[in-house]
Amino acid sequence: MQTTWAYISNYFVYSAMAVFTISFISHAFETAFAVRAPEVADATQGNLLLKTLDYKRTEKAARIATAMMILGFILLLAGVIARGISAKHVPWGNMYEFSITGALAFTGAYLMALRKYDLRWLGLFVSISVLLTLGTAITLLYRNSAPLVPALKSTWLVIHVVAAIISGGVFLLANVVAGAYLYLERFEEIDQRPIWLQRVPSLEVLDQLSYRLVAFVFPLWTFAVIAGAIWAESAWGRYWGWDPKETWAFITWVAYAAYLHARVTVGWRGRRAAWLCIFAGSTFLFNYVYVNVWGTGKHTYSGL
Amino acid sequence: MSRDLEIPELGFVALLRYAWRQLTSMRTALILLMLMAVAAIPGSLIPQRITNPIAVRDVFITNPGLAKWYERFSLFDVYGSPWFSAIYILLFISLIGCVLPRSVEHYRAMRAQPPATPRNLARLEHYQAFASDLGALNRAEQWFKEHRFRVRVENDSLSAEKGYLRETGNLLFHLSLILILVGVSFGSLFGMRGEAIVNVGERFINIPTSYDSLSLGKLTSDKSLPAFEIHVDKFVAQYDPVTNAPKDYTAWVTITNDGKTYKKRIKVNHPLTFGNTRVYLQANGYSPVVTVRDSKGFVALQGPVPFLPQDGNLRSIGAIKVPDADPPVGFVGSFVPTNSRAGGQGAISIFPELLDPKLLFSIWKGELGLDSGIPQSVYRIDTSSLTKIGLGSVKPGETFTYPEGSITLETVVPWVNLQIVDDPGKTYALFGGIVAILGLLSSLYGRRRRIWIRTTSTGVEVAGLAKNGAPGLEVEVDRFIERVKGE
Repeated sequence: MQTTWAYISNYFVYSAMAVFTISFISHAFETAFAVRAPEVADATQGNLLLKTLDYKRTEKAARIATAMMILGFILLLAGVIARGISAKHVPWGNMYEFSITGALAFTGAYLMALRKYDLRWLGLFVSISVLLTLGTAITLLYRNSAPLVPALKSTWLVIHVVAAIISGGVFLLANVVAGAYLYLERFEEIDQRPIWLQRVPSLEVLDQLSYRLVAFVFPLWTFAVIAGAIWAESAWGRYWGWDPKETWAFITWVAYAAYLHARVTVGWRGRRAAWLCIFAGSTFLFNYVYVNVWGTGKHTYSGL
Repeated sequence: MSRDLEIPELGFVALLRYAWRQLTSMRTALILLMLMAVAAIPGSLIPQRITNPIAVRDVFITNPGLAKWYERFSLFDVYGSPWFSAIYILLFISLIGCVLPRSVEHYRAMRAQPPATPRNLARLEHYQAFASDLGALNRAEQWFKEHRFRVRVENDSLSAEKGYLRETGNLLFHLSLILILVGVSFGSLFGMRGEAIVNVGERFINIPTSYDSLSLGKLTSDKSLPAFEIHVDKFVAQYDPVTNAPKDYTAWVTITNDGKTYKKRIKVNHPLTFGNTRVYLQANGYSPVVTVRDSKGFVALQGPVPFLPQDGNLRSIGAIKVPDADPPVGFVGSFVPTNSRAGGQGAISIFPELLDPKLLFSIWKGELGLDSGIPQSVYRIDTSSLTKIGLGSVKPGETFTYPEGSITLETVVPWVNLQIVDDPGKTYALFGGIVAILGLLSSLYGRRRRIWIRTTSTGVEVAGLAKNGAPGLEVEVDRFIERVKGE
């Protein structure tokens, strides 16, 4: 029974990957085929064939892309739940399980933000990064479904890990937006945006958006750290011990605190703020990858 | 030299004031914050004494030159090092210097009335002017009250403000960080932490000599240990038969405390609590119960000897020291709970439970140096001045005989490692943490805004102002205007 559910979970994850691939191709198709070459050369522009973008032409592709993203989210959610049923515990016992849940959170953060902001230009990036994460997870990190080690048997596993994963998804989204800001700024400086970047919002909007995302999720990250401390007190006999994972969670927290102060009280905007945001986000990623794979300490469990 | 070129010398007080202003400036705070993030990094890359003392010792052995330099810059104790302490102490001074004046200012602002209505509302955001009857101001005041704005009533206008919770939350958040720091320091000054290995069937009495390791806070006295006794009745560890990973650890204990005796269970995540002191189940292993007889047939040692686990399948190493035998002997041993039958040399365990236990050892003769005064590990024997007299292995019930005596493995009992911790500061830290989250929520999601309304010769005019550019004010102003119009 247990293994059956693990197989079902794998099928769901594979299907989600197929669907995310369709989403990725549709996103690429949307941008590529929106480019319209002019029929007559414009003499005023020195006979340059100026291309324009017409997203109406590829509206259908865009819809398919977003619909596939939602379908992928649902399939992946089913995969994560089936994995949980197979293991008889919340599926956060090893790095494979963290990775598929993290990909789920990242897609979820994107879809949530999409309801409020026009973020479809980000879809290409989101679908490819989710695909890469799932691909790495299923090929390199896959482990058979197994019971939890005693230290993980606690209600705090659900609370602490949910908070940490959601925070991570939103932090990474903020990072992507800040990255888009820096990339776009290089073109704005020479006053020329490439045609396929026409739809990316203005620099001010990107700047604000990454700040909003961080400010929105910073309290949740604080909660994730404190919930971890409460759990550590009952599992390991101390609420804080500078374990590598704890240390990097602290570094991430301080870095984002610096980012928020820089923006709100010192008035940093634009490039400097974006770099600081990316630095803070990288400390989170580093914590996830380095401490789980190469690190020592209490957060590393047998076999990743 | 003309006199007016002379630079006035900064007095001592002025210098202090200048330094204070620099330290409490936001720029300095920001630099200190980033410094702290960066300064915490080496502690996660270089082994730390508090988390991994064995790895620190290994650096000293494999790379003494590097270790010496690390030691010079306290890189094995980053979080207690002078430079890390300097950063966070300066940061907290800067924080206090920033937050305290702001708290006073905020307290005054909360008690004061909102500022007067600006003369020219038309220049502000969300400005609207429209015809209205005489009851407009009354309706406006009522709306403000319903929505808990603080209102300043003037002759022909109302000035209303809301959202003080934003700054209140902000200040509370920063003050709560001080509380967390106080809790942490309090815990390390007045707390204690110790570990003891207890064989199943034996008793732990909470006095300093019962501990294998005990560290007391700087201001803790070792007489303050609460008097309790724990007898370990039974210990069960369950493992997954496929992955060999542990599934559950449970210890059944009998406690004597305050003259009462009662039974309890200790599990990981479920420690015992005696007031501020908690007892955790941290690790487990096996103690072979051996009887060693010397050449004359006298029993020189009888009882359980704890062995130290080396891997997930609990292959363990240990030393059986028998100084009272004639001649004195020592056994350097390995213990495996489930012996690998695959053959080959050495001790290999293939499962952590006692399915096919085996004790393997080498026997050494000579003075063990237990009275030499040099501290020794109970799990190791320094064999440099001893002579090897044999090599053997026993299973439970078996006896191995050598010319100078014999060793019998009677049975094997598990041992548990109890961690006993008293942290009187943790309640403050927890309270600080909760306040920090609440403060953060209201400071990041709170919006401070003002709305004004003034009667003019033709009707009324309305304007609003959102501090920090918080969104959503225009919707609020529209609703407000609906009410004022009496719609």
